[in-house]
Amino acid sequence: MSFAFYVVAALTLAGGLAAVLLKNLVHCALALTVAFAGLALLFLQLDAQFVGFVQILVYIGAVAILVVFAILLTRGSETPKSSEIFSRTWLAGLVVAAAVFAVLGWAVLQAAPGLPYATVAPMVTVQEIGAALMGRYVLPLEIVALLLTAALIGAVIVAMHEKEGAR
Amino acid sequence: MLGEGLLKGLAETARNFAGSYVSKERLTTVQYPEERVAPIEAARVFPFLVYDGADWEAGLRCVACQICEKECPPKCIYIEKSKDKKPDYVGKPQIYPARFDIDVSVCMSCQICVEVCPFEAIKMDTEFELATQDRFGGLLHDRKQLAKSNEYFHAIHPTEAAEVDARLDEEKAKVEAKAKAAAEAAAAKAAAGAAPAAPPAAKPAEKPAGGGE
Amino acid sequence: MLEKADQIFVLLLHWLVSFLPSNWQHVASVVLCVATIVLLYPALFAIAVLLERKGLGRMQNRYGPNRAGPFGILQPVADGIKSLTKEDIVPFRADALVHFMAPLVLVVAVFMGFAVMPMGRNMVLVDLDASLLFFFAMGASTELSIFMAGWSSRNKYSLLGAMRAVAQMISYEVPLLLSSVVIVMMTGSLSLVKIVEAQNHYSWGLPHWYVFTPWGLAGFVMFVIASMAETNRSPFDLPEGESEIVAGYFTEYSGFKFALFFLGEYVGMFGIAGLGTTLFLGGWSAPFAFLGWVPSWIWFFAKVMAWICFFIWVRGTMPRLRQDQLMNFAWKFVLPMTLVNLMVAALWRFMGEGLLRWAVCSVIVVVAYAAMGRVEMRRGHLGPRSYRYAE
Ligand code: SF4
Ligand code: SF4
Repeated sequence: MSFAFYVVAALTLAGGLAAVLLKNLVHCALALTVAFAGLALLFLQLDAQFVGFVQILVYIGAVAILVVFAILLTRGSETPKSSEIFSRTWLAGLVVAAAVFAVLGWAVLQAAPGLPYATVAPMVTVQEIGAALMGRYVLPLEIVALLLTAALIGAVIVAMHEKEGAR
Repeated sequence: MLGEGLLKGLAETARNFAGSYVSKERLTTVQYPEERVAPIEAARVFPFLVYDGADWEAGLRCVACQICEKECPPKCIYIEKSKDKKPDYVGKPQIYPARFDIDVSVCMSCQICVEVCPFEAIKMDTEFELATQDRFGGLLHDRKQLAKSNEYFHAIHPTEAAEVDARLDEEKAKVEAKAKAAAEAAAAKAAAGAAPAAPPAAKPAEKPAGGGE
Repeated sequence: MLEKADQIFVLLLHWLVSFLPSNWQHVASVVLCVATIVLLYPALFAIAVLLERKGLGRMQNRYGPNRAGPFGILQPVADGIKSLTKEDIVPFRADALVHFMAPLVLVVAVFMGFAVMPMGRNMVLVDLDASLLFFFAMGASTELSIFMAGWSSRNKYSLLGAMRAVAQMISYEVPLLLSSVVIVMMTGSLSLVKIVEAQNHYSWGLPHWYVFTPWGLAGFVMFVIASMAETNRSPFDLPEGESEIVAGYFTEYSGFKFALFFLGEYVGMFGIAGLGTTLFLGGWSAPFAFLGWVPSWIWFFAKVMAWICFFIWVRGTMPRLRQDQLMNFAWKFVLPMTLVNLMVAALWRFMGEGLLRWAVCSVIVVVAYAAMGRVEMRRGHLGPRSYRYAE
């Protein structure tokens, strides 16, 4: 638990809090990005380079962009003046949040005894991740790869599909 | 094959690039302050006021009729009429502009003032270096700055100036002929006493029929 | 001696930090390297801007800038002074914080990419295992800064530019990544250092650069196209199409912040050019075995500059694409080509050494290219444009 960890953790928490508390939707999305970046930094701090970079690539590069895109395309960047931070269905939201938190907390507590408390230098390099993916986890990897390739080819075919007369 | 056109285009620009170093004709740029293009007769930049004779103030053709002021689309001409009169080119007393300002920064070089002026008094200049460091006073040209001689007009637009001069001379000749005829008629009338069907003395032309095309 | 010239910067660094106490040496060397990168690329940026303006001028039979200094070589200095002394205007309704952050995020993200770029033998700031991934992660973050700039300006041109930029970058990121994946498949490593080393062999005096293989060439072409689109270079400069949307996402930026955007764009170009060089053109390795004595960093920067010159050349040649043409090109041509290329690379891998794999792979690539090009040209998506001015 170094000083850097506290800084990054505070940044992540602040980003997450801002994402739910800010009024402007785009600000929320940007704050969410800060939270993603903080998470990536936490991964990097744990020497999990691969996960950290993938976190940046996927979450900041794709998910965050998708979120802002969706916001802009669906409702514009204007927020209604009178909107409250708390929505009317806050009770349901609270229940869901509490449930998620409970599950996560339970999972962490279950796993905690097995984990070493001191930070150890992780042994897992990218190469080992690759080897594991190609060896032990080859079947799930292949299934996911097939699925994604199919999706990609499907996208290309959808794009290629031409309506008659349209130009 | 896809991409052929792109390669052709790339070859073309490469040729331009290399060619601009070997053949000077390719480079059409004129290095302005040091080099200049020969003056172009058809160029028009900013209006000026034509005067005849040596004294700019006496020779101004403008009679302050304010037509140009009204017609100027961006309204950049400001005219104040004089209280007194001075003789114009045919010798008829006319009022003259006591003030005649044009704002360079507003003028859009449309030449409409020239088109509407019935007195051939305002023409387009080819001078284009009008920049100044005083952005308020320096850009408002008064009548002294605007006045340029007929000879200058001849120098920059020879063809047009010759036409204008011919027309004015014609006008002048007509007016003089009419004046002479009127004088003769008056003399004849006085001599004849009571000629029955004397034609009503033609009024001297109030308006020269000029003013453009 | 030549060895020394090759390693001059590394030796210089060691010599400089050797004056410091040993527990400071590591920090000092990192700071020095970062400072070098942060100073070097803006200098290259100045050169590139001058090259671009002069080169474009010549392509259009003009002189280009020739007033500031002899032959106009001081033009970048003049430009720099001008943009630094200009007033910094923030639009009244703009979102000041986001507006301020956008250029910073962009510049930081593009500079981060250089941390993993091998710029010469032993000349890499951090040799990560996943450096390729790191580079793409940083590249992806630039999109967000562009969106921030466009959105926070409260200007419809900015917003349009940002939307165009984001749509375009997302579309072309897929082929960019997929065309780089073949390299990873072949090298078996995500580390840029290893990728360069894998290409630094010679047979009969010729290098084993990946571009000299069927799949490498196809990947290279697709990578060049996608990289132009990623860096918003003409003919893919829709996000900042001057004739349509003023300046796109940085319309509302002036003075120093504008300069930062400009810098970010060019440094991004250097980054992607450096990555392309590393992946396909053998990074810092010499093009012929007998030229191996020339310092490796010279080769790297020469290749990057050549790449930039090619960008300039293309900019001077191609007209801007329309949005639908852009998307058609990405999804109907570049992406299928990269997918075919993935297959070809796999084939190459499993066919073993020999002439046969050369023949088979070349044929597949060429046939795919020709067929796809023909279909798309027939449909009128690509190829010569026709215009109808009024329906
Ligand atoms: S129209 Fe001619 S005569 Fe009348 S005010 Fe203008 S310049 Fe003078
Ligand atoms: S040229 Fe046009 S704009 Fe200029 S003073 Fe004459 S009428 Fe006005």
